[in-house]
Parts: sequence; C-alpha cells; structure tokens
Amino acid sequence: MVVDPIKIAVLAMGGEGGGVLADWIVDLAEGNGWFAQTTSVPGVAQRTGATIYYLELFPGANDSKAKQPVFVESPLPGDVDIVIASELMEAGRALKRGFVSADRTTVISSTHRVYTKREKMEMSDGRIDSDALLKQVEKAAKRYIRFDMAKLAGDAGAVVSACMFGALCGAGVLPFTRKQFEDTIVKGGKGVKSSLKAFDLSFSKAQDAKESASGPAGKRHVDESAPRDLKTDSAAVQALLQRVRGYPENLQWILTEGVRKVIDYQDPAYGKLYMDRMDALAAAPGGKDVQLLHETARYLALWMAYDDTFRVADLKTRSSRFQRVRDEVHAHPDQVLTIGEYMHPRIEEICDSMPAWLGRWILKPNFAHRFVRLFTLKGRVIKTTSLTGFLMLYMMARFGYRFRRISLRYKIETRQIDAWLERLRKLAGVDPALALEAAKCQRLIKGYSNTHARGLMNFNTIMKVIDQNMNHLAPAQLAEMRNAALGDERGKKLFECLQRNGFSVDGLFTDPEHHRHSLYPAPSA
Amino acid sequence: MAERSFKGEVKKLRLGKGDVFHGEGIMAITKALLESGVSYVGGYQGAPISHLMDVFSDASDILAEYNVRFENSANEAAAAAMLSASVNYPLRGAVTFKTTVGTNVAADALSNLSSGGVTGGALIILGEDYGEGSSIMQERSHAFAMKSQMWLLDPRPNLTSIVKAVKDGFELSEATNTPVMMMMRIRSCHLRGTFVCDDNRASTFTPKEALEHPVRDLTRIVLPPASFQHEVEKIEGRWPRAVRFIQEHELNEFISEDAANVGIVTQGGSYNAVNRALHRVGLSDMYGNSKIPIFVMNCVYPLVDAEFERFCKGKRAILIVEEGQPNFIEQNVADILRQREIDIRLHGKDVLPLAGDYNVATVFVGVRDFLVEYGFVEPGKFPDPVADVHPVSLFELQRRKQIPKAHADEVSAEVAEQRAKVHKVQAAAAAAKAATRAAAVAKQPVPSVQLAEVEKEPTLDDTVQGRPPGLCTGCPERPIFTSIMLVEEQLGVHHIASDIGCNLFSIMPPFNLGNTTMGYGLSGASSEAFNVAPGSPAADKRAIAIMGDGGFWHNGLTTGIANAVFNRSDNVTIIVDNNYAAATGGQDIPSTRTNRRAIRDAGHAIEDAVKGVGVKWVRTITRTYDLEKMTKTLREALTTHTDGPKVIIAQSECMLNKQRRVKPLKLKAIADGKRVVRERFGVDSDTCTGDHSCIRLSGCPSLTIKENPDPLREDPVTTVLDSCVGCGHCGEMAHAAVLCPSFYKASIVNNPTPWDKLSARMRMWIIAPLQAMAARRRARFAF
Repeated sequence: MVVDPIKIAVLAMGGEGGGVLADWIVDLAEGNGWFAQTTSVPGVAQRTGATIYYLELFPGANDSKAKQPVFVESPLPGDVDIVIASELMEAGRALKRGFVSADRTTVISSTHRVYTKREKMEMSDGRIDSDALLKQVEKAAKRYIRFDMAKLAGDAGAVVSACMFGALCGAGVLPFTRKQFEDTIVKGGKGVKSSLKAFDLSFSKAQDAKESASGPAGKRHVDESAPRDLKTDSAAVQALLQRVRGYPENLQWILTEGVRKVIDYQDPAYGKLYMDRMDALAAAPGGKDVQLLHETARYLALWMAYDDTFRVADLKTRSSRFQRVRDEVHAHPDQVLTIGEYMHPRIEEICDSMPAWLGRWILKPNFAHRFVRLFTLKGRVIKTTSLTGFLMLYMMARFGYRFRRISLRYKIETRQIDAWLERLRKLAGVDPALALEAAKCQRLIKGYSNTHARGLMNFNTIMKVIDQNMNHLAPAQLAEMRNAALGDERGKKLFECLQRNGFSVDGLFTDPEHHRHSLYPAPSA
Repeated sequence: MAERSFKGEVKKLRLGKGDVFHGEGIMAITKALLESGVSYVGGYQGAPISHLMDVFSDASDILAEYNVRFENSANEAAAAAMLSASVNYPLRGAVTFKTTVGTNVAADALSNLSSGGVTGGALIILGEDYGEGSSIMQERSHAFAMKSQMWLLDPRPNLTSIVKAVKDGFELSEATNTPVMMMMRIRSCHLRGTFVCDDNRASTFTPKEALEHPVRDLTRIVLPPASFQHEVEKIEGRWPRAVRFIQEHELNEFISEDAANVGIVTQGGSYNAVNRALHRVGLSDMYGNSKIPIFVMNCVYPLVDAEFERFCKGKRAILIVEEGQPNFIEQNVADILRQREIDIRLHGKDVLPLAGDYNVATVFVGVRDFLVEYGFVEPGKFPDPVADVHPVSLFELQRRKQIPKAHADEVSAEVAEQRAKVHKVQAAAAAAKAATRAAAVAKQPVPSVQLAEVEKEPTLDDTVQGRPPGLCTGCPERPIFTSIMLVEEQLGVHHIASDIGCNLFSIMPPFNLGNTTMGYGLSGASSEAFNVAPGSPAADKRAIAIMGDGGFWHNGLTTGIANAVFNRSDNVTIIVDNNYAAATGGQDIPSTRTNRRAIRDAGHAIEDAVKGVGVKWVRTITRTYDLEKMTKTLREALTTHTDGPKVIIAQSECMLNKQRRVKPLKLKAIADGKRVVRERFGVDSDTCTGDHSCIRLSGCPSLTIKENPDPLREDPVTTVLDSCVGCGHCGEMAHAAVLCPSFYKASIVNNPTPWDKLSARMRMWIIAPLQAMAARRRARFAF
C-alpha cells in the first residue's frame, strides 16, 4: 500500500509556463485515476519574479470508495521527490530552499541562464559561474537530468514548460506512460503541435544518459593556440604577422587578434604602431613577462581601437552589420527592414572629430562653442537604411580613415596610451606582476560620453596612486582598486578602497560622499 | 481586461448535482455561492483574491442567469457597505477583498453592518494575505472578527471543506443575524483540486422584489438607542446562538478524540500541515487517521467553551496551532481553561514561532517538539528540515530561544570579524601566489589569463541570487521613474510618497525612489504634512506623490487631490493612468479607455475628475515614453510659481494588458495580408562596451547580457531579448542620459506595399555598392 504521495516542486519565472506545467501534471494524474493537488502563489511571477508551484499526487482516485487524501500546500524541505526548474539558477534555488535530497530527489532543469538583475547591473562581468551551480545541483541530487530547454523550446516553437513535461516523462519518475503524457497535452488544446514536438525532443534527451548530463560550457573558452597559415595579399600585413611570429608561441594568438583589430580600425600602418609599442614593452627590463605581454596586447589593441564617431559610423554602416540586425530581429526576406540609430553626440565628441587645433578652439567658451552646442542638446535618430542617414555616416567613416590621425581625439588618446605604456615599462622593472595589474586597468575605460569620462577618471585616479606609490604597492592591492572602481558608478567604493589601503586621497576626490561624476548631462543653463 | 481570462473555465459553474468539479479554489467558491442561492456579489481585487473578482466578472452572464447582481466595488468599504442589502431583506450576499488592508478600509461599514445585524446571509470572503508570497504588512483579520463580533471561518484547505464553509457561512449568518467572514489563505485561493457539486439555485427573493417592496426597521439602524440595544443583542442573542449553531452543525471536527492523552488544536487552515507533521513522525497517514487527537476549528471565532472542555477531557496537554500574532485563540483558551478549572498544560507559541508563516516545515518542528516533550516521539529521531527559507520567520530565533537577541547580534558581529580576518589572509595569500606565479610564468606556457584568484568552492549564497519582482517589459511606468531620476539629478533629491501598486516597484533598483507607502490611494494624503506653515517662506522643494489610477479611484481623488486643493497644498502628484488596476491583475476601472463592456460604463477621464475638484495646474502626458516631455513637465511642476497642488497625469496603457489586447489583433491583421509594422530594439554588440549603464538605468527585463563576440573583450555585452515590445524607452533613455550609440530601432514591415518594396530596393541600389566598396577595402588587409 502506498503511504506517501509523489511530491513535486516546480520552480519557474513568469512566462515560462510553470502554471501550465503544473496543470498538465494534475490533468495527467487525475485523468489516470490519481488524486492530485497543486498550489502556487501567482501574480509575482507575472512581474518578473520567480515562483514555486507545489504538487502532490496520490493513487486510488479511481476506486469509488476511496477516501480523499490530505495534501499540503507547501513543500517540506527534505521531503520532495521531483524538482523541476525552468532555468539553472532556479535549480540552485530549489537547493537553497532545501527541496533537494541526495537520497531521493530527481532534479530536472534547463541549463540555460536567465540573468538576475544583479548579474546584469554589474559594471563589468557579474555573471555567476554556471559550472559551479551545475556542480552544486549534481552533488545534492540523487539524479540530475538537464539540458538546454530554452534552445530546444525555441527550435520547436514551444514554451519551456513543454520541454519540462517531456523531460519529466523521459526521466521515468512518474508512473504514467508516454501516451498518457502526450494525451494530456492534446487535451489541453493549446499550441498542441509545437508542444508535442518539444515534448518529443525533450523526452529523447532525458532518456539519453549522455545528452541529459551535459553541462553548460561555463564562461567563454577562447582557443589560444597559435594561428597558422594566415593568408594575406598585403605585404604590409604580411610583415606585421612576421613580427608576431617573433614572439613566444603562447602570445601569438592574442597579438594576431590585436593586429587584426587595429588594422580593421585604421590601416596596416596603425598595426605597425601597435607592434612597435608592444616591442618597446618587451624590450624594457622585466617586459618579457608573458602574462604582462599577453594582457597588454589585449588592452592596447582595445585602447587603440577607441570608439570615436568615425569608428561608430564605420561599424554602423557595414553590410555585415545590416545582415546581423536582420538576423537579430528575425526579419524575413519578404519583410522590409529599416534601422534607426539612437545617437546623441555631445559637443565634446564633435570637437574630438575635428582637427586638433579647431576642436580645441571650439571647446573653449566662445561663440563657435555656443553655436555648435545648439546642435547637441537633443539626441537624434539616424536612419542608416535611408539614403541621407547612410551617406552621412558612410562619409564620416571614410573621412575617419583619411583624417583620423589629425583629429583632436587621436592626439588625446595617443598621449594617454603612451603615458600608460611608459608607466607599464617602468613598473615591469619593479615587478612584472604589478605592471600586469596596471595593464588590466585599461578595462575601466569603456563606453561613451559620460560613461567614458567616468571610467577614464577612475583609471586616472588609480594611475596617480601607482605613480605616487610605485615602490610599495602590492599587485593584489591594485587588483582590489580596479575591482572597487567597477563596484559602483559614483566612485564611492574606490574611495573607500583607497582609504582602507592607506593611500592619500587628497586631490583625487573632491566630494566623495556626493557623486563626483554625474551620469547625466549637466542642467542646461 | 484582466491578466487571466476565466471565460472557458467558468463553464464549470454550470455543473449539476453529483458532477465532480476539477479546478481552483476561487472557482470553487464561486460555484459554492451559486449553490447557496446568492443574490448579489461584490468586492475589490487584490492578491490573493484578485482572480475571484475576475471569475465573477467573466462569469457575469452565468451569474445573471441566477439573477445575481455583480458589482466591482469602488473599494473595500464600498463592498462591505453593499452587504447592507441583507439587513432588511432575506437576500444572501457575498463580498470579497484582501486582508488586512481590505478589512482596514472596510472597517467602518463592517462595524455598522455587524451592529444592526443581518436578515439574509452576509458572507465576507477574506483573502488572508499573510506569510510567504504576501505583499502587505503582516497582521491578522482575526481582530476584526473579535472587535465587531462577526464570526470567522477558517476551513481546512481542500475544496470540499471550502465549499462547505461557504454554505455553512450563510446558514450561520442567518441563524445568528450576524455577518460571517471566511478566511482564504494565499495558497488555498489557487489550490487546484476536486469536489462533488450540487445544483445551483436562484434565490427565491431578488433585489428587484426588495426594490419594489421596501422594508424599514428602525431598530436595525445604528443610532441611539438602537445602537445600545445592538450591543446587548450581540451578547445575549447572537453569540449564544452562534455557539449553539457551531455545535449542532458540527462545524468543528474532533479527530481521534481519545487516541492519546495529549491533543492538538488547530485552525482549519493549518490542519493539513498538522496532519503532514504527524504523518512524518509516523503518527498519521495520508487519509488523516491520526494517533494523536486533533480538534479542528473550522470556525475560529467564536470559540465554543464546551467543545474545549470536551477535547481537554482526559488529556495532560494540548498544543494550539495558531498562525499569526497576537495569539488571540491561545489567550481565549487559557481563559476557558481557567474559568472551567480544567487542569491541563497549554502549549502554543512557546513551542511554535511567535510570528510568521506556519508552513509545513514550521508546523512539523513545533508538533514534533511537542510530541517529544510528552514521549510520543523519540528525541532526535526526526531532524529539522534544513532550508534557507526567506523571509525568515522567528522560527529559528524562537527555537534557539536560549539565545537572546542582543547576544545573537554579538555572535554575528564576531562572525563578521572572523570573516574579515579570513578575507585579509586570503588576499595576502593571493598576492603572494600571484607574485610567485608571475615570476614562474615566464618559463611556462600561458594556461589561462586569470591570476590572483582564490580557488574555493562556491556556496549557494555565492551562486543563487534573489529575483525580486519588478516592472514588466515595456512598462509605461519605467520612463516616469527614469524622468524623476533625471530631474533629481538637476533639482536634487525630493521626498517621494509612494503608493500601492506596480508603481511601488520604484523603491527597488534601479530606480531607488520613494520614501513611504501608507496605503492604497494614500500617497497624496501622506505627503500633506510637507507644506510650510502659512506666512512662512516657501520651501526650495516640493514633495512628490506617485499614485496609480487604481488608487486614485479607490480614494485618492478625495483624500489626495480634492483635499489638497481644499487645504492649499503645494505638492506635486503624478497619477499613473495606465487604464487598469494593473498590479492586481489589470481589472477595469472608471477611467479605462479600452475594452468597453455592456456591464460597465468606463472611459471617464481622470483629468476631468481632477479639474472637477478644483485643481488648476494639470498636465496630461499622453505618452509616458516621451522622456523629454515627461522630464520637462515634471521639472515645471516642481519649479512653477503657481499655487495649489500640481497634478501630472501620465498616460500609457499597461503593457502587459496592451500586449494581451493588441497581439491577437496584430497577428490577425498580418494573416489577413495587411501592412503591419513591428518595432523592436537592439544593441549593436560591435559598439557596446559592456558597461551596462543602460541596464542600471532602465531595469527592463528584455535588456540583458550575453557573451561578448569580440575575442579581446571580456565583459559581456548588453543585448535585447525577443520579448522586446518596442516601447522605445531604452532609446529615449540613451538619448536623455547621453549613454552610447549602440541602441537601434528596427522597424519590420509585414506585408509591405509595392511602394515599400520599391523604395527599399532603390535605396539599396546606392547603399549596397558603397558597402561593397568599403568591404573590399577591408578585405585588402584582412587575414
């Protein structure tokens, strides 16, 4: 005689069909002579939150004399047989809530991630390590069936719930046949065809021990084996690649990518400048450090390919980009697509693109400044698919290839890059590990307009600290400062970090309690 | 238009005698009302009974078949007042709302109703929003039953018991001339189960007959001397009759009454959890065959002294399982035991937590400890369920009641110190490790780029983060809050009185706006103190109240707007006019501009109402997504020299409801071959640098991150999911906050006209060759 019901917890977020799944399971049980009950707290899931559906199934309903069993409305930790999660972190949440026991709980989850607000809001990379999550669930569960249900649902044109239902069937943990499962979907009557397809695919995956035990690849893995047989017709590029091959094998990949980036940005001569700069570091005392060269190669390329108006115009007008947008928004060939770019260049960006002398002059408070400023008060939507919009950006891009080197921005960036490289060379002599951390600080400089200004300010703050404390600075301290700078937009964490480490903050921050940098435009006078 | 349609499901309401009903608690209640011959129903939506209102609404034609009048009440007070139809006439009526917020609002009408008493059965169905999943302050409805002397039912959480309670409630109400409240807990409302139906029946007496043959009874009107008489009636007549009814109809249940010399007394709503707890320690089974006596109170107010005397007979101790605080039942039981000189040990909140949700885990621990104490369970045999339950009840603290609170703080401070020490050591170790590795690394191939990382096994605290609810994709309220942020950057931080509704999500990241919330529709009223005394110099800033349209019609028009005019307030109120009571599930309200239905007359402009009560400075913004206009208007409201309250009405339809309304229409138009433009947004991963400012400013669920396609860049780029509805906020925001040029708007023309196609082709005749030229130039240097 059966003493205990089958207890199932479903963890899902809004729009993933957790409620549909729960209803299917109840229909399946009730339709086949079982008692079933489900409860949930709806409403919250609708508005982006996560919710838990709890089900209990008990046999004997088809016996006319059967007494109604007493079900409960929420899961008792340690007393759940099956956990179904629509997403990987939700499986983790089941663990946290104590629903997963090693001796009895089968966990079925998708391996894809829906990032949390916290993960998304981070100024750098706030993503949780999926592999760690997966390992935790694997360790806690009796059996863990998982695969990427979001992808599979997408392929089938269904909702994740159909995949979860299929996997539940494939796992063989419920005493119902495949036909009974499928009949339930058919009886439900909504999106039957696509749901059955997703069900079928998921069923097979769950049945296949290997398929259902695959994990997420974790964070991106870059294959850094030295590139071979790179073909080019350009003698100048050929020469650059030759210089790359002069470096140790484990640096060749990143240098090649760096060269590729800066040539794409400007021209082979710019690639030569990149390699010259790398050579200069390698020639400095302590500069042969592989890690240092590796990261400098990365960040130098990124810095040299700084995002000015020419670059943005170039990237926005490429045919490959038009195609990418088409793919991203799922536009069919028979549909007409127009693309509007949201741009808001400030007077600074406009001056940056001018010849240095002119740009500097307009930046000063004079009539020209006031005149140009009139055009920067509002953001504009430029249609790159229209003739005027396209031609404007296209000309801008072409102009960049010709005249970038005389632009104000180029002068400013060059000066900053050279100062940074010089500092790295100096630091390499003191401690290559310290130089490495300083090189990585380039990561702080990103974005545009105000975002860029804020990053640059943090970068400069840290560089100042380096210059003042070059001989008694631990690499770990530098890393801590860098992370602190990425901790918040207002520079508060960086300020605290500097204080904690006993560095003088005089002159670095004017008013740390107040945001020393605003993310927003200044009020119009 | 409600967020969930019950149009199909309401057909089940026609099931007849002997049919088995499969469905949710709220549907079962509606069926029970029909089976009870109810004449009128009303209420105000709010979790967990929002969907009950939706069922009433979707079943309005079935209700009409049985001559049932259904009304969307203006608020809970209005709903309770509606029950006055049962005072003079044998009309059965039921209203519903969430509690305790609903009982608070309805208290005046409920007091009057229970003073004069009722002739026809009056049932108040309470959605007890307490415990996990609740969104309001944690209080009990029980106090309202006690103070007004209304009877309170708390049925066992299964559909059969719930349906029975509805029927019992009407009979109890009529037998005692007293309104009866029935408590539905959060999960019970959406509990899906079965029960055996009875036939529906129409009332023999209808509101029409009442209208045509009015009855007046001066003794039922609450005014001296009748009001004094009412109090005596309650004590001398209604209460004793209630006690008798409860006993005679066996509303409360004795289970295995003499099975042991200890017993458990439980509210009906907690019975299932008690049984499961006993089941887990081997003293009951799935059918409730308990080896420990249980007294189940399906009626928790009033208590029946005689039933307690009966249950306590031959027992050494009883445990009261009573959710919430104060422990009214336990106090009452103590009184009964004392009065009747019953010598028995009384347990309750000494074993169970003082406050918080009595979920299965909590009840299990309490019941187990009680049974261990009296030798029915071997100590240590059944361990605590291990779980990190949030919100944390007092459960843990109470169980470790040896540790006083102050000491607990010390402990955590100690732990924090320890942790800080560990971190320091780890950092130093990492630094040393990094240095050694850096020194050694020159000789070795580079395995990975990451250095200086402490390798330790991550815990669940590291890997699992919360998912607090927030504004939906495309929510029209998002730009309102963004504009407040932008204005505050210029004018400084303001005092913001928040309200109840989706707009309260503003208090969370990324907006972090709002200082207080005082109740539905009360944001305006709650900022009234922030006005300078007459004659003193004006303040540099004004308080801002944010009010939803639901709250506005609930009471905000009078409490927040009319009275602000009357008292010459200088504050700014932003009314979010999104067409529905959105937070409760998108129910229609008087200003709803879409979805007109025969049973309602909607579409009444908030602006007219506001002007009608005398506001001079009113601005209506017909598209909240127009960030520039929003910002400009708000700045003007905060800086204008005009006296009196300033009201901004920010209109755009609730996106959740709009999508539900528009999507099928669009799909049909596309299928019919009509020209339909679909808009959505995207982020160029080429130009996105992975700073995520946009995400921090907007918080749109469709805005997320993905792996950076650039092999050199490490930070993930922002991307827009397919769930994007093209509201345009991210683009507007990128403009207003001068973020970055990565946002693009894609307009996809379905079924393009010949002109659409031709002009697109003509443009590409020029664009494509130019693109090819640029590509050739790049190809020259590519490798």
